[in-house]
Amino acid sequence: MASSIALSPSTVPGQNQLLRSSFHGSALPPSAISLTPNKQVHHVSKTCLKITAKFDLKPPPYPLDALEPHMSRSTLEYHWGKHHRAYVDNLNRQIEGTELDELSLEDIILKTYNKGDLLPQFNNAAQIWNHDFLWESIKPGGGGKPTGELLELIERDFDSFEKFLEEFKSAAATQFGSGWAWLAYKDNTIGHPRPSEKDRKLVILKSPNAVNPLVWDYAPLLTIDVWEHAYYLDFQNRRPDYISTFISNLISWEAADLRLQKAKVEAAEKAKEKVKKKTEDSDTDSSSSESDSDSE
Amino acid sequence: MALRILSRKTATPSISGSLGSGHFRGLQTFSLPDLPYDYGALEPFINAEIMLLHHQKHHQAYITNYNKALEQLHYAINKGHASTVSKLQSAIKFNGGGHINHSIFWNNLAPIHEGGGEPPKGSLGWAIDSQFGSLEALIQRVNAEGAALQGSGWVWLALDKELKKLSVETTANQDPLVTKGSALVPLLGIDVWEHAYYLQYKNVRPDYLKNIWKVINWKYGGEIFAKEAGVVESR
Ligand SMILES: [Fe+2]
Repeated sequence: MASSIALSPSTVPGQNQLLRSSFHGSALPPSAISLTPNKQVHHVSKTCLKITAKFDLKPPPYPLDALEPHMSRSTLEYHWGKHHRAYVDNLNRQIEGTELDELSLEDIILKTYNKGDLLPQFNNAAQIWNHDFLWESIKPGGGGKPTGELLELIERDFDSFEKFLEEFKSAAATQFGSGWAWLAYKDNTIGHPRPSEKDRKLVILKSPNAVNPLVWDYAPLLTIDVWEHAYYLDFQNRRPDYISTFISNLISWEAADLRLQKAKVEAAEKAKEKVKKKTEDSDTDSSSSESDSDSE
Repeated sequence: MALRILSRKTATPSISGSLGSGHFRGLQTFSLPDLPYDYGALEPFINAEIMLLHHQKHHQAYITNYNKALEQLHYAINKGHASTVSKLQSAIKFNGGGHINHSIFWNNLAPIHEGGGEPPKGSLGWAIDSQFGSLEALIQRVNAEGAALQGSGWVWLALDKELKKLSVETTANQDPLVTKGSALVPLLGIDVWEHAYYLQYKNVRPDYLKNIWKVINWKYGGEIFAKEAGVVESR
């Protein structure tokens, strides 16, 4: 039975070194990847030689009217051009001259999440990440059904694709207030003595305001924004209509599939590193017997 | 514009009567209170389309879902389904809070020709001056807290009826003010959900907050203050 988990900021995340450095928005076909990394501009002031970096507002990988009639140009103009931009401008202002200035966006998110006791920069940082991820979760001519391994996993973990849709819609509809619903992948096998396929699974999550699954060490595959600003100009109070339209006509299953492949590779690398570290540890601990080194 | 014309005009409901209620199969149910003014009566500060959707769709949805959750709760309690009872708590808090908060909100507003925007008189006006320095200072404070609130929620002018003290509070989503303290009484609540301003002010919440003061009905908060703080109004 598939589960829908409500994420609350009080849950303590396990922090994932891999997600920190490399999860940001690159699990996409080359055509959809914006070649500019989020944080790319280094201003070097000649007089004091101090390096500061700032985040850029990344445009969606399609024109602003490309999602019509399902999501209007006007919605994109405000949602990307005003809301997303304000998160970028505000974060840049907040981190200027602070220790956060040198960090990647993911590192700022994990650091300012602060185990659920959010620091002031968290909302802006996470909302930049969430919106970058959102624009790449949808595409003109989206919708339909996933294929291959992603479909198999969905059918395994949610019984059927239809059942998955039902649960995803329900998570998005019942996020009370502003927030997000997610399809995410969780690999629980790392460090597990006898890992099984069942410990790698898909879950549906919902999160309030700016919170996202990175802070719980999940690898997000898809998201839907259920802040009212995401749909109010096109659908007003009719959130369920927005959710249905989003799923039927906009979701990029291609992006989700690539993100899944990437998440699996990263999980495998992480597992390998863990094994390597374990071997190194037991090598240096030369006095212990072989059987001891297995049971840590 | 058709929206301008209609909402049934009724007298301002009394405080206790504002949470319209009825009975349904032995179970108390709630119904949408009338707006005490027309949908277009707060223009140009809050337009008729916003008021109509906010009242007829959003507030109505909280009431519908509140009644539904209460009915499910009633059933679950009768059947002894403990896990269902606890699962219903969040829907009851959210939708019940939505109903309570919006019922207060409509009374906090009034068209200009009915006294909207007129500064508070009597004991409330005096208490605001003595605690915040001036009405203007209070407004700045509410606007700053309302603008800084993340996501959806409310900003309040509250009276602590035990300490007899005013304070500015915020609550997330549809949490009612009482979640911030059992002695707190709402004198004024401003909805900062995006649905309260988006069609007119879009992403610029501070402009909505700046303008709403032109249609704030201080009479409502003043009456509650006088009653709850136990002060005798001198005329
Ligand atoms: Fe509202």
